[in-house]
Parts: sequence; C-alpha cells; structure tokens
Amino acid sequence: MNAIAFPAPRADILARRDAIIAGLAGLVLPEALITSDNECKAFETDAFTAYRRMPLAVVLPTTTAEVSAVLAYLHAEGVPVVPRGAGTSLCGGAIPQEDAVVVGVSKMNRILEVDYANRIARVQAGVTNLGISNAVDADGFFYAPDPSSQLACTIAGNIGMNSGGAHCLKYGVTTNNLMGVTAVLLDGTVVEIGGGHLDAAGLDLLGLLCGSEGQLAITTEATVRILRKAEGARPVLFGFPSAEAAGECVAAVIGAGIIPVAMEFMDRQAIAIVEDFAKAGYPLDVEALLIIEVEGSDAEMDAMLARIVEIANRHEVMTVRESKSAMEAAAIWKGRKSAFGATGRIADYICMDGTVPTGQLAHVLKETDGIVKKYGLRVANVFHAGDGNRHPLILYNVNDPVEAEKAEAAGMDILRLCVDVGGCLTGEHGVGIEKRDLMRHQFSETDLRQQMAIRAAFDPAWLLNPAKVFPLEGRS
Amino acid sequence: MTVYSPATEAEAVDAIRTARAAGTPLRIIGGGTRQGLGRPITPPARLDLSGLSGITLYEPAEMVIGARAGTPLAAVEAALAEKGQMLPFEPVDYRALYGTTGAPSIGAIAAGNLSGSRRISAGAARDSLIGVRFVNGLGGAVKSGGRVMKNVTGLDLVKLQSGAFGTLGPLTEVIFKVLPKPEASLTLELPGLDDRQAIAALSSGLTSPFEVSGAAHLPAQAGVAARTLLRLEGFATALAYRAGELRKALAPYGACVQHDGEESRTLWLDLQKLSPLAAEPGAIWRLSLKPSDGPVVAEAVAAEIPVRARYYDWGGGLVFLSVDATGDAGAASIRHTVARYGGHATLLRAPDDLRARIPVFQPEAEAIARLSLAIRRSVDLDGLFNPGLMD
Repeated sequence: MNAIAFPAPRADILARRDAIIAGLAGLVLPEALITSDNECKAFETDAFTAYRRMPLAVVLPTTTAEVSAVLAYLHAEGVPVVPRGAGTSLCGGAIPQEDAVVVGVSKMNRILEVDYANRIARVQAGVTNLGISNAVDADGFFYAPDPSSQLACTIAGNIGMNSGGAHCLKYGVTTNNLMGVTAVLLDGTVVEIGGGHLDAAGLDLLGLLCGSEGQLAITTEATVRILRKAEGARPVLFGFPSAEAAGECVAAVIGAGIIPVAMEFMDRQAIAIVEDFAKAGYPLDVEALLIIEVEGSDAEMDAMLARIVEIANRHEVMTVRESKSAMEAAAIWKGRKSAFGATGRIADYICMDGTVPTGQLAHVLKETDGIVKKYGLRVANVFHAGDGNRHPLILYNVNDPVEAEKAEAAGMDILRLCVDVGGCLTGEHGVGIEKRDLMRHQFSETDLRQQMAIRAAFDPAWLLNPAKVFPLEGRS
Repeated sequence: MTVYSPATEAEAVDAIRTARAAGTPLRIIGGGTRQGLGRPITPPARLDLSGLSGITLYEPAEMVIGARAGTPLAAVEAALAEKGQMLPFEPVDYRALYGTTGAPSIGAIAAGNLSGSRRISAGAARDSLIGVRFVNGLGGAVKSGGRVMKNVTGLDLVKLQSGAFGTLGPLTEVIFKVLPKPEASLTLELPGLDDRQAIAALSSGLTSPFEVSGAAHLPAQAGVAARTLLRLEGFATALAYRAGELRKALAPYGACVQHDGEESRTLWLDLQKLSPLAAEPGAIWRLSLKPSDGPVVAEAVAAEIPVRARYYDWGGGLVFLSVDATGDAGAASIRHTVARYGGHATLLRAPDDLRARIPVFQPEAEAIARLSLAIRRSVDLDGLFNPGLMD
C-alpha cells in the first residue's frame, strides 16, 4: 500500500547528515539526540503504520529553550522538521521523511500548575491527555477532550490535531478547551499566546494554531481548561432494529432539548466484534446500538433517562440496558472504548474519520455498505452519533497488497461521500498524509491557496511538517 | 462616498475586485450598530453587507443554523426560538453603550466574537461558529469549516475570522452550532460582598458540579448595595435541587436571594446590554483577565487613576471600567497593570480623538505583531478591509 507520495528527499541535506547531527549535538544533551538506525526506527511511523520513512535524526528536547535552539539551527540549515507528540496519529501526521529531523516533545511531560479557582491547568506539552485528568481527578476535576488514545497521546499532539473524543457533544473539542500556549516558531522565536484569560487579544492565533497539524509552530506548554466533574454519570445501552431507527432516536433526543454527554453508535458488525472481545453484554440481535450517557445527580439522571427511554420507545427500541452500578457503567463503556483494539484482533483495518450531517447518517451507512461490498471487503461502523463524526473500520489483510489497495480505495470513496453529503474529510484525526490528496474534493483552489498563504506567514520556507495536509502538486 | 451594497456573494466579490482595481480601501458595515469600536477609520468607500441577508440552513435536529452575514441577529434568534433553540453564547448588544439604533447583524457577531455572560459555561461566539465564507483581498470567495460541528479539515480560518472585525475580509455567510433553550432559569444573588469576596464566591459556584451558566458581580455604587449573581439553567425539575446545593456551597458568603423566571432573565438581559455602564459618560474599558485577577487588577488601577464605575462578568475574568475621557483615559495605568498580570485591555468606547491617539486593542508583543501582520498580508495584501481598525 504505497499510493501516497512523499516528496523526494533532498540530496544536499542527506549529504550534510553528519554535519547536521554534529550541529544538533552542540545544542542538546547526548541522551536527547537519536541518530542510530536502530533507535530512529521507533520514529519511522505513527499509528498510520502502512507508511514509514526513516528520519535523518530525532531530537527529544526537555525545555522550550532547547526546542528554540534546535529549530533556529534547523531553520538556518534549511532542514525540514517533523514535530511529534506520542506518535499516535491515525493519519500519518507524525510520519517523518528521510531529509527531516523529528523534534518530539514527549520528554517535556510535567504538570506545571493546577489552579482550581480559575479552572485551569498549565502543563508541558508532552503530558498525556489522560495525565491531566489523572492529576486533578482526586479533587473532582477533569480535562474534557477524551480521544481514544488518551492514555498515550500528548497535549501537543491534541493541539496539533484539535482532537475530540466521545464526550465533545457537551464539552467541545481541544480548541474549545485550550486557553493558551507557549510555542516555538520555526526560526526559534518563542511566543506566548493566550493564558488564564478567556478570549484572545487581537487575531485568534490560538484558534489558528489548534488543528494546524504541526505546520505553524511546535507547542511546548499549554494552559487548558479543567472542569468540575458532574455528581454522577450513567451510560445506557439501546438496541435498535435498524440504523434509521437509531438515527431518528438521536434526532428526537436532541429535538427534545436534551444534550447527553455522549451518544455513541455501533452497527451489527462492530457489536459482534466488540462483544466477542470485551464481553460487555451487548445485544447480538440488533442492527444498531446506541450508548447514551447523561450526567448529574441521581434524581436528575433518573429524570433525563426516563425522557430518553420514552423517546427510544417511540423509535422501535428493542433493548434498553441501564447501568445500575459503576461496574455496569464501566462495562458498557469498555465495549465502545475497545472497539478499535477488538477489531485489530480479527483483522487489519483502516479507521476512517469523516463527519456527516447527523440527518444523513442512515443514508451514509447504506452507501458505505455498498462501497465496501463493491471492493469485496467488510466494514464495522462506530461513530459519535450526536455530532456525525464517523469511524468506519474497513477490514482487510495487510499482507495482501491487492486487498490493501482496495481498502485504501474504499476508504477514499467513503470520505468523498462524507464531503458530498455536506460533511468533511476529518472530524478529529486530522488530514496528515492520509487525506492530503483528497483536500481538493472538499476545498476549492481558492480555499487551498488562502490556507497555504496563511501557512506561509508562519513558515515561508515550508520546512515544518512539509509533506502534510496540502496536496504536493500545486504548491507555490 | 462610494457605497457597495451586494445582495449576493458574487456581487461582494465583484465589489471587492472593483475596489482593488481602483485601490480603494473599504469600511465593512453590517447593521452599523458599533462603529465606535476600534480605531476611528475613514476609508473612501463602504461595503454594506445588510443586503446579504437570509437564513441559508437550519436543521434543529442537527443543532446548526447558517445565515448570510447581513442577516439581522434578531431574525436568526427568532427562527431559533420558534424551535426552542438559541445561540449558546448570549451575544452582546452594544447599542445602548454606543447610543446606536438599528439591527446588529449575525456576521458582525461572528466577526467581533461578541460573547455575553453564558460564555463562561457555553463557550464564546468563536466556539459556536463552525463555518464561514468570506472574500479575500484578491476577490476570491473562500470557505472554511462547514455545517458539521466536528471538523478539523485544513487550517481553522473560522477561528481566525472570529475577532478579526472584518480586517481579514468581509464574511458573507456564517454557520453556528446552537443549543436547546433551557426550560427554566433562576439566579441566586449574594448581597453586599466586596469585589474579592464576590469573585471568590463566583469561583466557588463555577467549581461546583451544578453548571453555573452566568457569574457576575455588580459592586456597590450610588447607594445601591453590591450584587453578586450566579445563574442556573436547565430542566425545571433539576434546578430546584441544584439551587439548594449551590446555596449550601455559597453559605460561607452569606444567604442567597433567589430570582426566578422573568426576574432572573431580566438581570442577564441587562448585562447582555452592558446596562450597568451604558449610561456612564466618558470612556469604557473592557479587561480580559484570569478571573481571580479581576478584582486585583481593578484595585491596582483604581489606586492609580480615578475609576468612576466598574463591574465583573465571566466569574471575574471580564472587567468593565468607566473612566473620564480625558488625557489618555487611564491607558498607561490600565495597560501596564494588565500586562503585569496577563490578559488584555480594550478601549471599548471613547471619543474618536481619544481612540485616534491611543491603541484601542492591547499592543502586541513584537513576535505576535509580526505574525499578525504576515497573516493580514496573506489575506489582504493591499490593505482593503477596515484598514487600521485594529492597529
């Protein structure tokens, strides 16, 4: 599977490899510089494992000053830089190239300050997503965005990709929970944007940086919003005879003025895979399953769930399973959260990430099924039903090049479909290299030129994560 | 003066191409209700977007609404109200403050990132804004974002446009995610607190699990006792319980008075119009700070210059100060104090000559100013759009 092109490595940079490494060695401690093939290999890909490129070297600085010195040096030398958090990108956002130096922030992993009175935490950008919630959990607080990879992924990576999660229907995604950053521009300039206050002074550079996929700057510190946990949270599992019925139920819940914290959908294939692995007690006789979670006091949750159950009953619901204990609640979530892992046990898969208007979900599921069947493959559908962010998992055999090619082609067709019904290529994983060549399907030439012009305001030499997001041809 | 009044995006594109060819910078106008915000500018031509009107998309079940930029905010809010929904961020109404009439446009709300009290819980206008179309300085129609609320495809120019006050090109269409209107709301009031106690009380409410959706403090003045306000919204059945629990959490600050229904709504509608200061003469400053710094900065400023009146929203993180519009209107004192604590100060309202002499927006660090300028040039090389408004 090698349909996605990388720019040819620049021979003049490869020829200077020893000198570049020597230059970097003068800027950071020996343990922060990785140059051997053996060790560099750990950085040749991310969670988009179908593609790999060895970097020229890897630097893992421990301070903002080191990041600044390293970037200033590489900028002066004209060497491409690929920023990296934990390397959990599903779209190849952190995949390096032969003439690039990887600059990773994973060693900058301290929580610097927790300020409950102001509901903020200041952290080094290599802190994991879950690391923040864990640090404030005992005091009853949490950090809201919760991507599936939250155990491993870093805040730097979350900011790069504007990561979401299952609970963003109520709490928003990274950009809605990020208040400030310390970031290093390619020329080594350190900038402070935002902080403990709630809105931007001047242009919203923080909003621009968030989701820019490591093309504008490297984030070294972040101030994030932390929230007080609700008194309680309770997921309920609903089984439906069709995706349409489940979709209509979701619309009716929202129409009734209820915003659950999460509404997660799985189709029959996904349910079967997950149940076999997690033994979460999911019903196997339904076509579609929804996990709807509500928050509040016991009485509030009882009242809200009664309304939701009443709505579900009007939409042909076959199974309703309320969680009566923390253990049962955990079991319900265990199934959903293990969906990707469980799928990985039975087949290789590629995980897509388009978003569609929620009113189009049933139609899109049917079309998706048709697309995948056309290629002779199988698909398991998991998605955030409240916001239309879909994760179809296309199952294939990675060792069969023909099947791999088909899987990739089916994935591209599905993403085009998402755009065609009014949605987008990516809801939370990012464009990276994976969807780069589909950008013209969503954006006009004028749209892309404007985005690239703004990118160039930060990185005129186009050295920062250069092979990502924008189609390689037509760059000026 | 040349006035361009496009009725479609294509006409806006034509107008901008014409203006560009003639080298004519444009003042971009929506409802024209807050032209007093920003540096006074007098470009030779105007781009009036009020004809670019109409709701383009409304899917209540998807909680999303789109409208052309010149659509009156009131029309958008009326359409939403019909389906029991609302813009989450409680857009500010500046008409009383600027003494203007007319209808604010939805595009201007987006372009100014104008968020009211509910910003503290539901996010700012920029957080609800999920899609924009705009025209750049080359006369190219550009889209960013769209109608789905989870979308990370490409650079987020939606956020960049929100708060750019039209300087990055006129918005032609905006799409917001919306929320159900709460079934009920109530306000708990703590009377008689000083600023520091009040902000501590608001913080105590905001760090409780009871989802406080408004947190403001009106200090004592002119014989009226101080009022510290915390709003709860939601299903009526839940509110009684939450109010009871919140009272207990606030007990260290005194006994709460409860305002229900219309009485509660009026309190927050007044804040939406900046009523506590709207009638003040002179200059009005708007300070954005870390909430606990609010009263500290207000005190420090008051120790240096005469402050006529003040109040707090966003749990203390938003401070409005009224000062005499003489000299520098306190700019030196306010700006250096804000810089010491982190945050920024905007000279929200002042006579033209004052705003011509003093930067309206907090001066930026050199690297940030350089980046902002590079971004402006990448969108508007010829300086066509509201040139100088944010300088």
